[in-house]
Amino acid sequence: MKSRGPVTLVFAVLTLLGLAGQALLVRKVDALRPEATLEEVLYIPSAKAVKRMGLGYTGLVADIYWTRAVQYFGRKHGKGSTRYELLYPLLDITTSLDPNLVPAYEFGSTFLAQRPPQGAGQPEKAVALLEKGISANPNEWKLYLHLGFVYYFEIKDYLAAARALQHAAEMPGGNPELRAIAGTLAQHGGDLQTSRQLWMMVYQNEKQAQLRKNAERHLAAIDNDEIVTVLEAAIADFRRRTGRDPKSWAEMNANGYGRTVPIDPQGDAYLLIEGRVEVAHPETFPFITKGLPPGQQPSIGPQIVVQ
Amino acid sequence: MPAIEILGLEKKYEVGFLRKTEKVALKPFELAVQEGEIFGYLGPNGAGKTTTLKLLMGLIFPTAGSARLLGRHWRDPDVKTEIGFLPEQPYFYDYLTATELLEYYGELSGMDPTAQRLRVPEVLERVGMTAAASTQLRKFSKGMLQRVGIAQAIIHDPKLVILDEPMSGLDPMGRLEVRDIIHSLKDEGKTVFFSTHILSDAETLCDRVAVLNEGELRAIGVVADLTAQVGGKVEVVWQGEKAKPAVEALGAECRTTASLVRAVLPEAKLDAALDAIRQARERLVSVTPVRATLEDYFLQKLGRKPLEEVETR
Amino acid sequence: MNSRVLTIAANTFREAVRDRVLYNLVFFALLMAGGSILVGQISIDIERQVVVNLGLTAVSLFGVVIAIFIGIGLVSKEIEKRTLYTVLARPVRRWEFIVGKFFGLVITLVVNTFLMSLGVLLALLYVAHKLERGDLTVVVAIYFIVLQFVVVTALALLFSSFSSPLLSAVLAFAVFIVGTFAEDLRGFAAMSQGVTRVGATIAAYLMPNFAALNVIAEAAHAKPVAGNLILFNTVYALLYALAAVAGAVLIFERRNLK
Repeated sequence: MKSRGPVTLVFAVLTLLGLAGQALLVRKVDALRPEATLEEVLYIPSAKAVKRMGLGYTGLVADIYWTRAVQYFGRKHGKGSTRYELLYPLLDITTSLDPNLVPAYEFGSTFLAQRPPQGAGQPEKAVALLEKGISANPNEWKLYLHLGFVYYFEIKDYLAAARALQHAAEMPGGNPELRAIAGTLAQHGGDLQTSRQLWMMVYQNEKQAQLRKNAERHLAAIDNDEIVTVLEAAIADFRRRTGRDPKSWAEMNANGYGRTVPIDPQGDAYLLIEGRVEVAHPETFPFITKGLPPGQQPSIGPQIVVQ
Repeated sequence: MPAIEILGLEKKYEVGFLRKTEKVALKPFELAVQEGEIFGYLGPNGAGKTTTLKLLMGLIFPTAGSARLLGRHWRDPDVKTEIGFLPEQPYFYDYLTATELLEYYGELSGMDPTAQRLRVPEVLERVGMTAAASTQLRKFSKGMLQRVGIAQAIIHDPKLVILDEPMSGLDPMGRLEVRDIIHSLKDEGKTVFFSTHILSDAETLCDRVAVLNEGELRAIGVVADLTAQVGGKVEVVWQGEKAKPAVEALGAECRTTASLVRAVLPEAKLDAALDAIRQARERLVSVTPVRATLEDYFLQKLGRKPLEEVETR
Repeated sequence: MNSRVLTIAANTFREAVRDRVLYNLVFFALLMAGGSILVGQISIDIERQVVVNLGLTAVSLFGVVIAIFIGIGLVSKEIEKRTLYTVLARPVRRWEFIVGKFFGLVITLVVNTFLMSLGVLLALLYVAHKLERGDLTVVVAIYFIVLQFVVVTALALLFSSFSSPLLSAVLAFAVFIVGTFAEDLRGFAAMSQGVTRVGATIAAYLMPNFAALNVIAEAAHAKPVAGNLILFNTVYALLYALAAVAGAVLIFERRNLK
């Protein structure tokens, strides 16, 4: 076919170039536009307005807002931002559009409540969101569990936390183990053992990958805090006996403190610097409160939300 | 050098949605149209005439075979500066006037703007459309569209003119005019290749014809040669009624006017008929051979008559 | 450029100009621009915003209808009504026909948008009594609307290269709507896993990104638009249109005309 071959080739190349080029440009435009996009979102700050404008396709619109909320959080989190002003409005719109979107309450409360940079640091908003969720979904015991979490870890109102967990334990499908935890909560509020039990609860019951991962990280952080506490006690003992700081783990081992170099939950050896215990990679280890280098902020951790 | 050479063109279609079956629209064939000829492409409706013309113009693609136009490869787009084409039942941009339409096609054919300005009124005159030169095509009748269609096919003074059913939609006067145009194109040394199912047009116009039936090429040749293949008939006229039953028994159709009986019968039966008339002692008036028409050829060779066109007015 | 492409483009423009239906659409858009003045008077203090929001939305929506309407009408119809036969019987390459049509359509849309936008700017002038620096964003928004039309037209052309006019229109509208949520679509894709994620990501990136081409809200608030965004959006729209038109050519080159 004379003259058809080259034409096909030229236009096939043009098609591919165009497609590849536009995909690259979309990424550039996206990088430029997150702020602009969010302004659009804010332009309709009312869930009712969005509902009307959704023309009855509220399920779909809810899904869109849900995606926006997750993307918003992921994007901000990726940048290490400490301000998440739009997280609550987005979640509020999402859950008003689809009050039965349970993952939105779970995800939302977790990331609203946690302190920056792991979250928005707005535990009262998280409570409001969960209470909205509970009134729309009175049979979801996990919403009470999350409520208990927010009270326990962020607001530190152990009585309210105990009440919420008690609820969760009594509901159909609810985990009865929670009853025991709820019972000890009031007395032992704030200790690592209770925290561990609570996070184990989430870890074992949560199907949502992001939230499971979050619980896993919390558990690792608790492990770390416990290990570091033990190590620090040993070092203090060493100091009392010798009157100086130990120089290395080997020296500690030689003096009868352990037999090997201690390893943190990330798989790295703990550092022993001027008598302080430090984790090797604090930048990838969120939620830990012990073993941080002096002045180091808790890390934002690896991306929590898939971007 | 032939103006058109068809080298084994074949077109198959897949029909059906779930269970596809193959339908052959055109079986492979060879055909050469010489330069300066008026060539008729004949066949009943649905024989594959339009398919062939669309293949030649590159509107559809063949499943096999190729062709040469004016000695060039048929897919060479530039060869089309020398070809004019009128599709079947043409439809044009109805928001244009006849003049604008011809100018548009002239430009697309790469005509020089000055030559074009002179050429447009000339061609409109030739197809008898001068009066409607600045009328929008949406106000045109079917016959007028057909004339504009012929005008656009010859606007760029092509060497080869391909016309699909050029006489359709025209009244008898219009048909006569188109015949004249085709004749004059031949006089200018152009090649005209046209399809038709109106056999009388082909008989009066064509140097040679090809006959197509059910996607298959059945015959190529001069009209007289084709009709000669059909057994000739004779007309016998005599005075008196007594021989009539005997002649009718030979398979003749008899018609009586005043005292004369006319019978048309195959040549082979002539002797028997003459015997019958002689035995009845009736007076023989005349014996004339009847020239076979393409219609006879169609009836005899294809077993069918090409559908006569339904006139629109 | 090739003279046949220009001839076809010019004729396409002429066809659109002579089509009365188009005037009706342009008229409605102007009516809405005028109507926005009335609505603006009711909403105290935000007259300017309402005029810009309503006016530009009207331009955008009617423009898209026009883009799809003529984009498909002028190509599918040519195939359906067989006007194409006599064009392709000329020394016209099929790609020249598609490219010529595309340019003709783009010229038509630019002129249409210009007329409609003039209405919006006049309404703005009437409300604000003067044009300010901030109104430049309105011009940028109009420019983005034109870019959006270029993409829609290219898509309409692509769809009509292989399907019937009605189906092409439905497809083009569907893609327009999906493209308006392009960012969310990419969000969905990013949240899925495994093979689905690969498929969804490819699909999301194949869809046009109309969200980024919509700065009507910014225009309403007279907020400036980043120069980079103008540049990137321009290149983006041109590349997307290139891909769609080239794709249309690839399909059309092989098409048997009925």
